[in-house]
Amino acid sequence: MMASSYNAKEEDGHHSGSVGPGGAGAVKSRKPDNTAFKQQRLPAWQPILTAGTVLPAFFVIGLIFIPIGIGLFVTSNNIKEFEIDYTGMDPDSPCNMCINSTTPCRCSIPFTLEQPFENNVFMYYGLSNFYQNHRRYVKSRDDSQLNGDKSSLLYPSKECEPYRTRNGLPVAPCGAIANSLFNDTLELIYYYPNKSSMSIPLVKTGIAWWTDTHVKFRNPGGNNNLTAAFKGTTKPENWQNPVYELDPTNPENNGFVNEDFIVWMRTAALPTFRKLYRIIQKKKDNLTPTLPPGNYTLEITYNYPVISFDGHKRMILSTISWMGGKNPFLGIAYITVGSVCFFLGVVLLIIHHKFGNRNNNADIPN
Amino acid sequence: LLQIRMRTLDWNRTVYIGHKEPPPGAEAYIPQRFPDNRIVSSKYTFWNFVPKNLFEQFRRIANFYFLIIFLVQLIIDTPTSPITSGLPLFFVITVTAIKQGYEDWLRHKADNSINQCPVHIIQHGKVVRKQSRKLRVGDVVRVKEDETFPCDLILLSSSRDDGTCFVTTASLDGESSHKTYYAVQDTKAFNTEEEVDTLHATIECEQPQPDLYKFVGRINIYLDRDEPIARPLGSENLLLRGATLKNTECIYAVAIYTGMETKMALNYQSKSQKRSAVEKSMNAYLIVYLCILISKALINTVLKYVWQADPNRDEPWYNEKTETERQRHILIRAFTDFLAFMVLFNYIIPVSMYVTVEMQKFLGSYFITWDDEMFDEELGEGALVNTSDLNEELGQVEYVFTDKTGTLTENNMEFIECCVDGHVYVPHAICNGQIMPGAASMDMIDSSPGPGGRELFFRALCLCHTVQVKEEETVDGIKRGIHQGKATSVYISSSPDEVALVEGMKRLGFTYLRLKDSHMEIQNRDDEIERFELLEVLNFDSVRRRMSVIVKSSTGEYYLFCKGADSAVFPRVISGKVEQVRARVEHNAVEGLRTLCVAYKKLSPAEYEEVCHQLSSAKLALQDREKKLAEAYDSIERDFILLGATAVEDRLQDKAADTIESLHKAGMKVWVLTGDKMETAAATCYASKLFRRNTQILELTTKRTEEQNLHDVLFDLSRTVLRQHGSMTRETLSGLSNEYHDYGLIIDGATLSAVLKPSQEGSGGNYKEIFLEICRNCSAVLCCRMAPLQKAQIVKLIKASKEHPITLAIGDGANDVSMILEAHVGIGIMGKEGRQAARNSDYAIPKFKHLKKMLLVHGHYYYIRISELVQYFFYKNVCFIFPQFLYQFFCGFSQQPLYDTAYLTLYNISFTSLPILLYSLMEQHINMDILKRDPSLYRDIAKNSLLRWPIFIYWTFLGVFDAVVFFFGAFFLFDNTTFTSNGQMFGNWTFGTLVFTVLVFTVTLKLALDTHYWTWINHFVIWGSLLFYIIFSLLWGGIIWPFLNYQRMYYVFMQMLSSGPAWLSIILLVVVSLLPDVVKKVLCRALWPTTTERIQVSPPWPLPQAFSWA
Repeated sequence: MMASSYNAKEEDGHHSGSVGPGGAGAVKSRKPDNTAFKQQRLPAWQPILTAGTVLPAFFVIGLIFIPIGIGLFVTSNNIKEFEIDYTGMDPDSPCNMCINSTTPCRCSIPFTLEQPFENNVFMYYGLSNFYQNHRRYVKSRDDSQLNGDKSSLLYPSKECEPYRTRNGLPVAPCGAIANSLFNDTLELIYYYPNKSSMSIPLVKTGIAWWTDTHVKFRNPGGNNNLTAAFKGTTKPENWQNPVYELDPTNPENNGFVNEDFIVWMRTAALPTFRKLYRIIQKKKDNLTPTLPPGNYTLEITYNYPVISFDGHKRMILSTISWMGGKNPFLGIAYITVGSVCFFLGVVLLIIHHKFGNRNNNADIPN
Repeated sequence: LLQIRMRTLDWNRTVYIGHKEPPPGAEAYIPQRFPDNRIVSSKYTFWNFVPKNLFEQFRRIANFYFLIIFLVQLIIDTPTSPITSGLPLFFVITVTAIKQGYEDWLRHKADNSINQCPVHIIQHGKVVRKQSRKLRVGDVVRVKEDETFPCDLILLSSSRDDGTCFVTTASLDGESSHKTYYAVQDTKAFNTEEEVDTLHATIECEQPQPDLYKFVGRINIYLDRDEPIARPLGSENLLLRGATLKNTECIYAVAIYTGMETKMALNYQSKSQKRSAVEKSMNAYLIVYLCILISKALINTVLKYVWQADPNRDEPWYNEKTETERQRHILIRAFTDFLAFMVLFNYIIPVSMYVTVEMQKFLGSYFITWDDEMFDEELGEGALVNTSDLNEELGQVEYVFTDKTGTLTENNMEFIECCVDGHVYVPHAICNGQIMPGAASMDMIDSSPGPGGRELFFRALCLCHTVQVKEEETVDGIKRGIHQGKATSVYISSSPDEVALVEGMKRLGFTYLRLKDSHMEIQNRDDEIERFELLEVLNFDSVRRRMSVIVKSSTGEYYLFCKGADSAVFPRVISGKVEQVRARVEHNAVEGLRTLCVAYKKLSPAEYEEVCHQLSSAKLALQDREKKLAEAYDSIERDFILLGATAVEDRLQDKAADTIESLHKAGMKVWVLTGDKMETAAATCYASKLFRRNTQILELTTKRTEEQNLHDVLFDLSRTVLRQHGSMTRETLSGLSNEYHDYGLIIDGATLSAVLKPSQEGSGGNYKEIFLEICRNCSAVLCCRMAPLQKAQIVKLIKASKEHPITLAIGDGANDVSMILEAHVGIGIMGKEGRQAARNSDYAIPKFKHLKKMLLVHGHYYYIRISELVQYFFYKNVCFIFPQFLYQFFCGFSQQPLYDTAYLTLYNISFTSLPILLYSLMEQHINMDILKRDPSLYRDIAKNSLLRWPIFIYWTFLGVFDAVVFFFGAFFLFDNTTFTSNGQMFGNWTFGTLVFTVLVFTVTLKLALDTHYWTWINHFVIWGSLLFYIIFSLLWGGIIWPFLNYQRMYYVFMQMLSSGPAWLSIILLVVVSLLPDVVKKVLCRALWPTTTERIQVSPPWPLPQAFSWA
């Protein structure tokens, strides 16, 4: 693109080529500067990858990776995770009756925890075969509307189609993501050994990124009088309540800054995903585990239809370590790579010993 | 008669000098329209710049492709915003447009200054000042000393009495020597304004043609009312635009070609562009990638519709289509989907690659011009780069075709001896012109010198030449000072041989003084001045290979003196001591001296009249003048009496032998193509080690083909060569050539044309094949007696042979231009025979020895650099795009991009562009001293070895492997698990960012692993670009960007960095991606090391700068 085959410079008596360098040479008797850069003789470090130099690196990688891997693997194994599929596909499942129900339907699934869950326990819902990463879906939102922009509130982005307006009114929040907000309600009930039961307190806040709740998502006109702020808009088609009545218990958790909503709006990378639903905070006394072993019931208000696309719904309870949730893959991968490096190190050592001499006394022609 | 006129008008133009109608009745006055004298070298005007420039740019296929992608993005709903491809394209187009616009502005400025500069025109006997662009054909122009000719002019008269003027054509062809131009005898008297105004004449000449040295015309002068006097006009009468008048006070001349029709303007047509082998590979790869791109898009489109067959997948309740989307026809939908996939994957063919390659070539070529070792103190010039497109081709040369004179040799002639009738005379260097017949002549053969013959010989050499005497001390051209008092005069000639001869004569006592009033003056040994009237000069040409002059001595005798190559003179000799001279000539030729034979004949006045008539009728011919002149020369130059021969030494250039030896060791075949005779050329070849003592010489010359027929000779030779070749093992073949018997071939021009001539029986093709087969097995070939066009023919022949080797032609003279243009790489030597070769070359160097560094160091580096550049670019884009392809399988083939728009756009522009650009400018895998010392390293990169398909496939698979590692690594790590210690989840953009971060680090570190030469710049750029990526990502995700309608990246990068497992995964995945390549490299190096790698491991000599930094 830079080359031009025609040059006018010759016209005025310079004989230079069609590229710049000619110009420098055309000035007679100007010796080129003898700088290290121009002579391509800058001081340089000249490393060469040979068996000898790579060997230590391989051993070092092996020696570092294997312990890390073991550490990760152990950590991951110490993390407790419990998962229930409550889709109700199985005719025996208590939720089977809710599959085709059109009215709000409640079902409860009993389960037993064998081991205590210490510290904060995180409750997730999981969906599978749900393409939150479909392009049409991912872009079907209006970030400036969610950021509290008044004009976008009333004139949502075209990307929201066909969830942009309803009955002539702009939808708030608009778009397919918002419209398909997960609306099952999950509750946990613990049965003491003496058969008395207790509803486990579930914390609704702290489940979304702090920056999302405080910066990226904002209600139009602040958090006061949301009803007025959302005047002139309508709720998404599938919603039961308008956006300013998402959380009747906590007025701060309403409108666009509702954390359940924000969690849902962060589209998942893969069609099988989980999202943080609630946090079960550890007991103050620190003596009893957060979730002691025993019998529990998962109470579900079953609203969210997944059968039509062969989806599944799960509830996951998990503890968390410094490395997040249960993920044996990372530990195993580290151990494997470390071992491979170590093994390669050994192989290279052999090669180095066998062939190294040949290289050093290489018969360099001339 | 009228018909003839009409016909000739088509290809002739008639110029009426001073716009004066010819006298009535002479011929019809037909005014012709010619363009004005405006020079337009600019391409654009202010108004058409934008459309024309855009059109030009989008004619390039790559640009057009990106434009189409951009338009598709604009028109249909595509996954990425048009900005992602529009911005880079816009950038490239704008930068190119600005550059071209600037260049064009410079051209406009230059044009204007030229078009507006004043010229002096004679109108009605007065001098009128006009702007140059208003000059018209037929105007009579006055030009003063040191002024430049405003257009192509026919010289009418000059202030010098003899009607000559001196001109330098430095700005046209770089030759700074002064050339003499002549006015027609009949007009040279008109040398004042008033007189010129009275001149009545018309000029008939051919239509403009670009050859600077050819011109045919005729001037008709109406002195009185009679029939006009017709005189021939040739290139010696034509003053070219751009040349400068020297040493002449002023001239009057008439404009015949103006403006864009001048020879200079016609010569600006661009040369055909040469393309390098790397570029061809690159285009081949591009096609592969285009196929990959299309097949990827096709696969995804098909899978999409297979997958979507279930309506619940196509349109689940949570993700409905708009009404318009539903109503669209399925074929249209499928087609737009296909286009959308194309757009999503189009980054696999990046715009930036073209920009980077261009920049690399452009900037890289500076290293050649900067090179101190290629700077020649004597010339005061370093190497010149005329085309940076071919840098890497310098590392791929397989055949070197070199000229002999001025290229291998100095072209610095020294008169060694002359042989007159068998007596050998050696001018004593210390004698300085004093004659010492006893001491200076060695009687070799005959003891009875015929004094008449000897004297005549010296006079012949003093007269038979075209040397000018320049009576000034400072001349830009060739300096030949005359010592001893007369230091003010200098001989100038376009041929150094002539200068050497005239000077040699001077040392033998015959001094050529000057040409005055067409009389040549010679000072003989007795300090008497002899005058000869110069009647005719039969100029030298490379076909005849001789020149003659016809002079009339003061006693009224007519002589024809001829000097020329022995083969051109001996057949025309009828008497003289032919045998002795021939023996001496051959003896000298074997010593590597350039020999010329001198002969003469006496003409009677009647014969002279006949000769005159022949010449003038040939010169006056408008058609086939060349041919008729050649015929005339042929009939005139015969029946000579041999006088003797001269020997001139042309010393080998400094380190020519060393250079040739290096080229041989580097696996190149060196061919010498020369016009010289076989013995001289062969001697030079031995001296320059092209032929070694153990080289078996195969001769394919006229001498041999006279004895046997060509067919048999060829088969004989090929049998000899092939037998040897068959018995050779592979080992010796790959080893160095001096161990086994090697062959050198000598072929001459006549035989060559016989070989190349397609014969009637259809076996001609065979000859060619056999000849090529022989050549392939010869390490050195000498082609002597070559005409310039034959040189190009040979190059073409080798270029077209079945291996398509890369050829390089190097030469210094105008006769080498054709081969320089023909070869893949043309190198010009800034020599003594003018600048023609340098001007037409791709690279120009001051001396032959610089070829060594040019090829072995610069060529090698450029090739290594650009091949890595090309491979790496494709690799990094496979790494970049393949995860996107894989992601489609997990997002319902919905064309969801994996990475954010900013990452898509900037990946090739800023995150990964500078390290590879710097690598491709700075990389030195081996120290340059070693490269120079060990030419065999050049073989490691021969035949485009780093861009062969297996290596390309390796890189592609490495890219695919890395992409799979990035994607599935992230996939399994991300799959259904929490990454943070606060239980919060990441979304798809974090997934993409994780993959992207691993990608950027991997491809950058991969380059770091490939870098062998870490200067501070490399450190700065490699670590800097990684740092830049991090800073950019922090910034990009750190702010709610007000002008964007999405905030998907807000805090994504920071959240990712706050997670421990993300760090661990990045490290793990980078290590895994780099591991196979490192292992492959180490294993290959340990088990099957190439020569290059062996040298790298054990530098046999201490390299101070390598360790000072480590």
